[in-house]
Amino acid sequence: MELARAHVLVCGGTGCTSSGCEKIINELNVNLEKYGLTDEINVIKTGCFGLCALGPVVIVYPEGCFYSRVTPEDVEKIVEEHLLKGRIVKELLYSETVVEGQDDVKSLNETQFYKKQMRIALRNCGVISPEDIEEYIAFDGYKALGKVLTQMKPQDVIDEIKKSGLRGRGGGGFPTGMKWEFASKSVNEQKYVACNADEGDPGAFMDRSILEGDPHSLIEAMAIAGYAIGANQGYVYIRAEYPIAVARLQIAINQAKEYGMLGENIFGSDFSFDLGIRLGAGAFVCGEETALMTSIEGHRGEPRPRPPFPAVKGLFGKPTVLNNVETYANIPVIINNGADWFTGIGTEKSKGTKVFAVGGKINNTGLVEVPMGTTLREIVYEIGGGIPNGKKFKAAQTGGPSGGCIPDSLIDVAIDYDSLISIGSMMGSGGLIVMDEDTCMVDIAKFFLEFTVDESCGKCAPCRIGTKRMYEILEKITNGNGTLEDIEKLKELCYSVKNGALCGLGQTAPNPILSTLRYFEDEYIAHVVDKKCPAGVCKALVSYKIDPEKCKGCSLCARNCPVNAISGEIKQPYTIDTTKCIKCGACVEKCRFGAISK
Amino acid sequence: MSETNTMVGTKEQFLELEKIIAKYKDTQGALIPVLHEAQEVFGYLPLEVQEKISEGLNVSMAEVYGVVTFYTQFSINPKGKYKIGVCLGTACYVKGSGDILEKIKEKLGIEVGECTADGKFSLDATRCIGACGLAPVLTVNDDVYGRLVVDDVDSILEKYMDL
Repeated sequence: MELARAHVLVCGGTGCTSSGCEKIINELNVNLEKYGLTDEINVIKTGCFGLCALGPVVIVYPEGCFYSRVTPEDVEKIVEEHLLKGRIVKELLYSETVVEGQDDVKSLNETQFYKKQMRIALRNCGVISPEDIEEYIAFDGYKALGKVLTQMKPQDVIDEIKKSGLRGRGGGGFPTGMKWEFASKSVNEQKYVACNADEGDPGAFMDRSILEGDPHSLIEAMAIAGYAIGANQGYVYIRAEYPIAVARLQIAINQAKEYGMLGENIFGSDFSFDLGIRLGAGAFVCGEETALMTSIEGHRGEPRPRPPFPAVKGLFGKPTVLNNVETYANIPVIINNGADWFTGIGTEKSKGTKVFAVGGKINNTGLVEVPMGTTLREIVYEIGGGIPNGKKFKAAQTGGPSGGCIPDSLIDVAIDYDSLISIGSMMGSGGLIVMDEDTCMVDIAKFFLEFTVDESCGKCAPCRIGTKRMYEILEKITNGNGTLEDIEKLKELCYSVKNGALCGLGQTAPNPILSTLRYFEDEYIAHVVDKKCPAGVCKALVSYKIDPEKCKGCSLCARNCPVNAISGEIKQPYTIDTTKCIKCGACVEKCRFGAISK
Repeated sequence: MSETNTMVGTKEQFLELEKIIAKYKDTQGALIPVLHEAQEVFGYLPLEVQEKISEGLNVSMAEVYGVVTFYTQFSINPKGKYKIGVCLGTACYVKGSGDILEKIKEKLGIEVGECTADGKFSLDATRCIGACGLAPVLTVNDDVYGRLVVDDVDSILEKYMDL
């Protein structure tokens, strides 16, 4: 590689790709050519930096300038001013990194968003080019695989992982080392290592970012797992909805084969390992381990009863270890730094860090990785920058359709696997959606149930019929036809489905209802007794009013009403005919005086 | 079966399909990768194509049809020239993607899963596409539109109307 005077890192994660980073890269190349800088400046497309809200994001080293929300028009200025003349373009910097009255910038690690983070699984995301194995190797890549193959016995590897206390990051939190030990003790000529990259929880995209930003760490970890349990073939089951991740992983596998990190006799040892990609096809249930394996085998992705567990009888009937992407991403670091280092991070029973995809009603949406035991308050208010538009925090939803809501009163709970379970939610894969006062908790429960009804595979009756019935009751309640009896019936159904369903999907499907009932029962009561939706979301229970004190009689609302439900005289307060009103909310959006309320 | 299934592919497409089947014939669990690639070629998976795959891989037609209808990525109906997907992941939903979906339904006069009569647009409510930082988002083929408000729908659709 030629030595360059400066490196321009452009985030190529999904968020930034969606907000146009390809155009930025083109524009950079055009302008570097124009100013004759192509030999001195290196442009690198990296994985996700985490701060998706500010994308497209560009970082210029050696200064470490963090340019946010860059437009193609801004690029020439960055090239001409910064790269040619050495003057930082202050107005394009992320405002938190600007130091008033000085020419240099504050390091990213000192900003609110990054200060409390600790990046282990995401260590290389946004730092290296995911499409260049040499960059990965330069950052200690494949060192752990080398160490394992030349200095450790398979049992040593398993012991090290067990000692580290690493638990499955896909949601269940099962100790990874134990899983490996079970599979290693199963006697069979053929064993498999599999990776669950079927990240289906809506609002979770950490696995995607690792695949897109650091695919080699997954390959390395899977080879290590293969050595530990005695498998020579691996499969990555990845969502077809993630085309960029699929492409980069394929490139990485090809490079790893070329460099001898995959294939026969790796590092001159007698260990051989090969890796293949299998595409998912849009079925949420395939995130469940037995369903995932059935899907790799080419069938409808329906779960199977356990036992036998996959460690005994998994893929194609052979012993199989299945871990999720983030879990694997931790493995090389644990091998390199040792289990003792890892156990120093996190809480008593949850070691290490967890990546959260923070989204919803929060200022800094994006990916954050924090030590286990960080509080929700720190994530929402410090890292996340709080709630936009001065609204109030109402709840955070974790664990997707299997999880629950954490209300304001529990915002100081230190987050780890066990604390979340004890408050009726779960870690899940790490989606964390923030909700403000405008979110109706009954509607959110209905939203998740609609999801599970749709995604239930139909194999077992409790899930197939139970989720549908629960959804219907929620629909009745949000339409204003619910009764107190319905709430009781709902609770009863929740427990039957929880106890009766075959797999994790059904067993956890009632969680969104149970947790919202636990913390927001008053909202359910408001829907069925007062026939009101306190958040103003459920259309059937909302009626719009114009406040005569605030209305200036400008007629803007009346002109924008699609059904002519608003009438009045200019400069006099207007009124809404609620029998005609279709509750579309157009008037609320248009009113400049905040006179219309729900 | 719906009438649309009478539309079958060209000779070239079927030749391409034979190649795909030959490539995967000896792979364990070949059915799903073959369906993925066949859908790339035909745009959807009409019965004729499923029958060819059933014969080629020696998998029963019931199994092929069962798999095709199980997974949402596979479609037995043709899709529009422009495939609109409105993300209904949690982050997008909380930020109002439901309203955006309603507006598109109203504009195009079709329901989710349907295609406009001229074959131009088809509409899907998609699962989380992982661009939660830009919520709410919609996609039109490979283009992604983020940080949307309901009023953006008109201008986005207009872009494709005359193409």
